[in-house]
Amino acid sequence: MAKIALPRPKGSGSSKLRRHEAIAGFAFVLPWVISLLVFTAYPVLASFYYSFTQYSIVQAPKWIGLDNYVTMFTADPAFKVSVYNSAYYAFLSVPLGLLSSLGLALLLNMRVRFIGGYRTLFYLASLTPPVAGTIIFIIMFQPRGGLINGILALFGIQGPAWFTDPNWSKPGLILLSLWGVGAGSLIFLAGLKDIPAELLEAASIDGANAWQRFWRVTIPLLSPVILYNLVTGVIASFQVFTSAMVIGGTTGRPQESLLMYFIHLYRNAFRYFNMGYASALAVVLFIAVLLITLLIFRSATRWVFYEGELKS
Amino acid sequence: MDQAAQPIAPSRAAQAVAATRAARRSRHRLIKNIVAHAVLITFSIAFMVPFYWMIVSSLKTNQQIFTNPIQWLPDPPRWENYPNALTYPNFPFLRFLANSVFYSVSVTIGTVISCAAVGYGFARLRFPFRDVLFYITVATLMIPFIVTFIPTYILFKNFGLIGNYTPLILPAFLGNAFFIFMMRQFFLGLPNELADAARVDGAGHFRTFWQVMLPLVKPALMVVAVFTFLGTWNDFLGPLIYLSDSALYPLSLGLYAFRAQRTTEWALMMAASTITTLPLIVIFFFTQRYFLEGIKLTGLKG
Repeated sequence: MAKIALPRPKGSGSSKLRRHEAIAGFAFVLPWVISLLVFTAYPVLASFYYSFTQYSIVQAPKWIGLDNYVTMFTADPAFKVSVYNSAYYAFLSVPLGLLSSLGLALLLNMRVRFIGGYRTLFYLASLTPPVAGTIIFIIMFQPRGGLINGILALFGIQGPAWFTDPNWSKPGLILLSLWGVGAGSLIFLAGLKDIPAELLEAASIDGANAWQRFWRVTIPLLSPVILYNLVTGVIASFQVFTSAMVIGGTTGRPQESLLMYFIHLYRNAFRYFNMGYASALAVVLFIAVLLITLLIFRSATRWVFYEGELKS
Repeated sequence: MDQAAQPIAPSRAAQAVAATRAARRSRHRLIKNIVAHAVLITFSIAFMVPFYWMIVSSLKTNQQIFTNPIQWLPDPPRWENYPNALTYPNFPFLRFLANSVFYSVSVTIGTVISCAAVGYGFARLRFPFRDVLFYITVATLMIPFIVTFIPTYILFKNFGLIGNYTPLILPAFLGNAFFIFMMRQFFLGLPNELADAARVDGAGHFRTFWQVMLPLVKPALMVVAVFTFLGTWNDFLGPLIYLSDSALYPLSLGLYAFRAQRTTEWALMMAASTITTLPLIVIFFFTQRYFLEGIKLTGLKG
């Protein structure tokens, strides 16, 4: 904070000036303080409270202790299905997304002509409104007469039934998520541009080949960005909602294969008006995401390299 | 690759060797360039196919969208799909478009004003508990939306404020953690002298902020504006929860409802999708540098 300290006003008026400044400061941040209290602190606490109640909105919440949590783990088969679906989605879409956005960033870091144009093209895809993008995919991945299976047929491959086959719906959804890797790859690209050229040159002079330079210089220096993309990717993937909802609705068609965790939560809250149970689902997800994030940060001390000493 | 620093002997033989080497190197470069472009073009096509297919399908009949073999061009293009989508009974996409513009512009104005003011307060004014408040602000970035949205909904419902845009727009006027963080960093980067000079000239804290400091962070305000606009335009869950009257739907929700109820109107669905996507692409082309700037800032957080 030291770098923003203003020169200290001296003399008799100083305490008055400081008081004025403090009042102005409070006034400037007041809207946000209200937001923190009303739209963050209160809802988080209320979520925990509601999770111990039976609450249909029409009637006042009724305290039922741990019943919601017991129900979740013993009497709600859809809970297990939604956990499985979300975990499946997260474990494939996050690593695949990281790999492809990093690969794309390396491509976009090449020094060739029109590279700015290529960057724009890749980024554009990630701008597509999710509902529109999902409907485009539904059309392209129609089993009969759809574009993708039509192209596969050109190579003599019979394409699967994609979003109408419970075994292929999640892979289809993951492909849809990969279409949006352009944004992540531009974050990686910014990280690549930050790597000092001297370091790569120095490694090159020391006899490191391209492969070694990539693994020994580029990847370590990029690791903070990898960490950032990994954490945000995990948090986002457990909250996937729009694409699955547009394809499978609140029942996760076909055959609950797209019943994601957030969809199960949404339907408990806004279809069954079971706010207490939905809050318990939210709390469980919150804790799970928190644990996974902590785990990633713990492991990060081993693989994330901060170049603080290089930059200062 | 760049080991050009060979000792050059003045003999002809050596010169010839150097020339062949240079030629080989430039041929090597050419091949590398061709390969690079080939790879980039292949990937570009793969990424652009969905867009292409959206536009082409929006100009076809429903039957022409699903054909074997693939029909790559609409024949003849059915331009009437667009006016038909815009005025479709019960699904007035023109109305949805107006709602989307209203929603996105309101949230953008609210977010830009509030985040600039709050960010300024955190960066340039001293008051008790400022740093604690700021750390809390950053910490809230880690709280997933999923944990706060049910009680927030109940809160608005208890105040009788659902079924309209109030719960979707009001919070934006109180700030957004990520953009407050960003604005603060920008204000921290400004020199002290300007604000001091304004203060010496007798400007109050508010005038210093509004007339002196705010114009200096215009690029940052634009970054906040474009990303907020994009996020709001694409918002689906918020309108899904809070709006019930279909006359109020924004494009995202209107398109969803259309897809759920008119399951086989594929061509019109694609026309409506194009109408939903096009404004973002136009905005992107006019504000590209702010998008790129914003992405760089995101990377810095890592």
